[in-house]
Amino acid sequence: MRRRVPRFWIGAAATVVLAAILSLSRINEYFFFAGYAVLQFVVLATAWNILGGYAGYVNFGTAAFFGIGAYTSVFLFTALGAPLLVQIVAAAVVTGLLGFGTGLLTLRLRGIFYSIATVAIIYIAETLMVNWRYVGGATGLQLLRPTVMFPFATYTRMLFFIMAVLAVVAVSIARYIEVSWIGRGLRALRDTEEGAESSGVPTLRLKLLACTVSGALMGVAGAPLPMYLSFLEPASTFSLNYSVVALAAAIIGGTSNWVGPAIGAILLASMQQIVTVTISSEMNVLVVGVMLVVFVVAAPDGVLGLIKKLTRPRATAGGAP
Amino acid sequence: MTFSFDLLYEAIVFGILLGGFYAAVSIGLSVAFGLLDVPYVAHPAIMVLGAYCTYVLGGYGWDPVLAGLALMPPFFLLGIGIYRFYYETFEKRGTDTGVRGLAFFFGVAFIVEICLVLKFGVDQRLVDASYIGNSLKLGGMRLPLRMLVAFGIALALTAGLTLYLSKTFTGRAIKAVAQDEAALRLMGADPVRIKQWAFGIATAVTALAGAMLIIIGPVEPMTDRIYIGRTFCVVVLAGLGSMTGTLVAGLILGISESIVLTNFGASWAPAVAFGLLLVVLGIRPQGLFGR
Repeated sequence: MRRRVPRFWIGAAATVVLAAILSLSRINEYFFFAGYAVLQFVVLATAWNILGGYAGYVNFGTAAFFGIGAYTSVFLFTALGAPLLVQIVAAAVVTGLLGFGTGLLTLRLRGIFYSIATVAIIYIAETLMVNWRYVGGATGLQLLRPTVMFPFATYTRMLFFIMAVLAVVAVSIARYIEVSWIGRGLRALRDTEEGAESSGVPTLRLKLLACTVSGALMGVAGAPLPMYLSFLEPASTFSLNYSVVALAAAIIGGTSNWVGPAIGAILLASMQQIVTVTISSEMNVLVVGVMLVVFVVAAPDGVLGLIKKLTRPRATAGGAP
Repeated sequence: MTFSFDLLYEAIVFGILLGGFYAAVSIGLSVAFGLLDVPYVAHPAIMVLGAYCTYVLGGYGWDPVLAGLALMPPFFLLGIGIYRFYYETFEKRGTDTGVRGLAFFFGVAFIVEICLVLKFGVDQRLVDASYIGNSLKLGGMRLPLRMLVAFGIALALTAGLTLYLSKTFTGRAIKAVAQDEAALRLMGADPVRIKQWAFGIATAVTALAGAMLIIIGPVEPMTDRIYIGRTFCVVVLAGLGSMTGTLVAGLILGISESIVLTNFGASWAPAVAFGLLLVVLGIRPQGLFGR
C-alpha cells in the first residue's frame, strides 16, 4: 500500500502534463470537443461512485447537481461577469450544499426511495429554471465566450485542459476517501447501517460528508458547460441521460475501486462519441441502455471484476455464491 | 390575478378526471413495486410502448379502447417474461438487487425509448376516435369526452383489480406473497410463480393504461420520463400496495396538478408530482394507507 501512494501521484501529474501538451498541440479541434465530454463523465461517474459505490446509496439526481452547477455559472457570468474559476468554485459550494440536503434525506429514506427522491430533485430544479427568466427560461440563453487565456489557442482547448485537471482532482478525492477511514466507514454502513452505527461508526456524519463531496463534484462537472456550449437551456441540461450515463459508467467500470468509474466513463463516453459521429445521436443513448443492461446482467462487477476473474480464475469462479 | 370560484370549480372537476387517469396508469406499478418490491422504473416506458401499439392498431382502424384490451394478453406474457428474467438474474442471486435491479430497469426504459424513436421518430402521435375532440356540456362546463372515457376505464380497472386481489384465490395469494413469502412457501405454494403471475397482470394493465394515455393526448417516445414521477408519486402517496389508496392518491395528484395548472400555468405543472413525492417521502414515507 505504501509504495502505491507516490505511484498514484506520478500518474496524476503525468495525466495533467499530457493534457497540457495535447491542448497546446495542433490536433484537430474536434478531439478537444469530444475529449471534454468524455472527461466530464469521468468526473460525474467518479463523483457518483463516492456515494453510490462506497456507501450504496443510489443517487439518480446526478443531472440535478450537474444542471445546477451549470446554472450557477450562468447566473454568475451574466450577473457579475465572473471568471470561469470563480464559477467552478461557486458551483461546488451550491451543489455541495444541495448534496448536504440530500444527505439529510438519507435519515429517512433508503434503497429505491432515496433514488426516487433524487430523481424528483431533477424535475423540480428543471421546472424552477424553466420559470426563471433571468437565466433564459425555457428557451435558454445564448452566451458570449470571453477571450481565451494565454497559452491556449482556442477556448475549447482551454476547457479540455481544465476538465482534465478537474477529473484528476475528482479521482484523487475519490481515492483518498476510499483508502482512508472514511471509505472503511462508508463500506461498513453499506453492508449494514445499524451494525456500523452500533460499532461506533458515525454513519450520519459519513453519509453527509459523502453526499456533500459527491454533490459538489457533480456541480463542478457542470460548471464549465455553459461556456463549452456557448448556450444553456433547461431541458437538455437537466436530462435524465446524465444521471443514467454517470451510473452506467460506474457500474460498467466497477464500483469497488476508484479507478473503475474512470475506466467505465472513458469506455462508455468514447463509445458514445464515436456512435454519435458515425451513426446517430439516438443510437448513442441506445448504447448506454444496452451496455448498462448487459453489464448488470452478465458482469455485475464491471470491467474491474472481469479483469480480476481473468487474472485469478480459480479464486472467484469456485467461491462465487 | 383575480381569483374566481368558477375557475377553481372547473379546475377541481378536471382534476378529478385527471386523477382517475393517474390512478389507472399507476395501478400496474402499485402491484409490481408496491406488492412485489420490484424497482420497476421501466413501467412508464412499457406504458408508452402500449400507447404506440395502440397507435399502430389505430392505423388499421381499431378503436383505441378495443386495441388496449386486445393488447392485454401479449403484454401479460411480456410481463411474465420480464419478471422471469429479473428473478433469474437478480432475485435468485440475492446480491444487491437494489442498485443493479434499478440500473437494469433504467437501462430497459432507455432501450424501449430509443427503439420507439428509431421506429416512429420523435414526433408526437395521436389516435382518432369518435369521442376524441368532442366534449360533453354539463351546466356551464365543458367536459372533454376523452377524459370521461379514460376516467370510466380507470375506475373500472381500479375496482376490478381491487376485487381480484381481495376475492379470488390467486389475488389473495398475491397479497400473501407481499406479506410473508416464507410462510407462503410453507403452505405449499410457489411464491415465484405467483409473483410471475402478478407481474403479468401488472403489465397487462399497463397496456390498457397506455391506450388511455394516447386517448388523453398526443404521445412521444420520451413521454415516459414525466410519468416516472407521477406514477411513483401516486404509488408512494397511496402506501405501498394499497389499491384504494392508489385511487385516492391519484385524485390528490390530479386535483393538485390541475389547480397549479390553472393558477400558475403549464410550465409549473411538471414539478407538482415530483414536489408532492418529495414531501411525502420526507414526511410520511409509508404513505396514506401504508402496510
